[in-house]
Amino acid sequence: MTVSPPIQPVPPDASRWKVFLHSVIHMPWTWRIMLGYLFFMLFLPVSAMLVKSGTLGPGEFWRIATSPIALSTYDVTFTTSLMAASIDGVFGVLVAWVLVRYNFPFKRIIDATIDLPFALPTAVAGLTLATVYSETGWIGSLFAPFGIKLAFNRIGVGIAMMFISLPFVVRTVQPVLMQMEREIEEAAWCLGASSWQTFWRVVLPPLFPAILTGVALGFSRAVGEYGSTVIISSNTPFRDLIAPILIFQRLEQYDYTGATVIGMVLLIISLLMLLVINFIQAWGKRYDG
Amino acid sequence: MTDNTLESSMQTSDNPAPKPAVEKKSWVPVVLIGIAVLFLGLVLYIPAINVFYFAFHRGLGPFLHNLTEPNFISAVRMTLALAAIAVPINVIFGLATAWALANKRFRGRTLLLSIVDLPFAISPVVAGLMIVLLYGRQGWFGPFLQERGIQIVFAFPAMVLATLFVSMPFVAREVIPVLEEEGVDQEEAAYTLGANYWQTFWRVTVPNIRWGLLYGVLLTNARAMGEFGAVSVVSGNIIGKTQSLPLFVEEAYKSYDTEAAYSAAVLLALLALVTLVLKEILERKTGGYRKKMH
Repeated sequence: MTVSPPIQPVPPDASRWKVFLHSVIHMPWTWRIMLGYLFFMLFLPVSAMLVKSGTLGPGEFWRIATSPIALSTYDVTFTTSLMAASIDGVFGVLVAWVLVRYNFPFKRIIDATIDLPFALPTAVAGLTLATVYSETGWIGSLFAPFGIKLAFNRIGVGIAMMFISLPFVVRTVQPVLMQMEREIEEAAWCLGASSWQTFWRVVLPPLFPAILTGVALGFSRAVGEYGSTVIISSNTPFRDLIAPILIFQRLEQYDYTGATVIGMVLLIISLLMLLVINFIQAWGKRYDG
Repeated sequence: MTDNTLESSMQTSDNPAPKPAVEKKSWVPVVLIGIAVLFLGLVLYIPAINVFYFAFHRGLGPFLHNLTEPNFISAVRMTLALAAIAVPINVIFGLATAWALANKRFRGRTLLLSIVDLPFAISPVVAGLMIVLLYGRQGWFGPFLQERGIQIVFAFPAMVLATLFVSMPFVAREVIPVLEEEGVDQEEAAYTLGANYWQTFWRVTVPNIRWGLLYGVLLTNARAMGEFGAVSVVSGNIIGKTQSLPLFVEEAYKSYDTEAAYSAAVLLALLALVTLVLKEILERKTGGYRKKMH
């Protein structure tokens, strides 16, 4: 509630400790619900995982985390996610630019459907991408005669990741583009800059933090993605097996230790990405005069 | 295809493209629009159309037949049940969090907001793994639950927990900005005029956050019905017993029953379309284009 119900005032001469204790005892019910829920739904599960990996000892943890198969899944997961997020970075900026700067038929519908990957369950995305990009599918069959396989390998995993991450880039770049003042570009034009020069020197620099944030968000999402990738990947170790699927396989074999270690590696990467994203956003604020 | 050739119905009110300072019929916009639409077609639209094509390419007969399969029906009921439990609980949590954190400035507020957002950063598989480590046979509560014969993991309760986890932040995220924008003036005015706590809440606060709350409910529901990774880990995937629609899709596809997979997929795709349409309506209601990040 924006205005909390009145609670008993603290005696004016109370020590800091007393004030703290008082605020805990007389906590508003909104706080109780929030903290209770976070404790049970977030703190306990995360602790269970931390404690489980803590019982292993650093040597054992390191040995499992760097086993050849685990290393290969990190390689596949992170490189493919980075590639997918970067390709989305380029095309996402293009899509955002086109949607903000030009008018064309069906623009509204295209703008609304950018969010499709957020709304479409990932299992459906995996199913349909696997069909469309397989050798007999609508798009895959165009490439099959040239010996290019687009599904059930790393390329397929990359396509699924691109699908998942695209809205992040478009939706972070779009608002920044909208707020951009056209006068600066026009000034550049008047001063004799070509359209390329204007784009590279005037438009891109203030957009850069937003693009990086979008790519980082997309990358973070792609690294953890499971639903669509599990269907379009052939899950062959050392070729296109990704970390989230390896966790799942370890669990299926009741190897809780192995699953936990790889899960911890993914969790640490996710938290690092969060820090990176916050850092980029803070750095991007320097353009807000 | 350039700036001026456009029916008025397509004209966007919120950002009409101003005429460029230098008036020239350039090929650049046409090429850029072409590339953008081609890319979106390859990545989004062709796969989306493909779902409907494969579901109905033999007519409605097979589709309707698949709809009556007992496993399919139980998967639909499971999905509806998951959403029916997860949405209200997460609404209560989201509203409590929004009121606790909006319009307040204290140390640790940013940290709390980040913690609330955490489920979006955690891979769904890792979320499922955590629940297994907590409630599973070897988990913290394992012995306690086994003594009492309570089955959580590989059963419905764990699927609920997984669904709650992945859709936790939506409502709080949508409502907090609305509350911040509104400020506290109206509520304070209501108090001054003699309204009590609950009156103020129902007559002032709730009407103000209505659309933001609906938006949050919409996203929570879409995620709850569509979640696959986390639910898959904790479900054990016993056909007909612990299978939601997304799990049914994968199971059918793995057992080469593509037709059944697409019959289920098309329902989920329709859910996505309805979500997008409602999203668009709500965005107009809340006044033009709102910046969205998930």
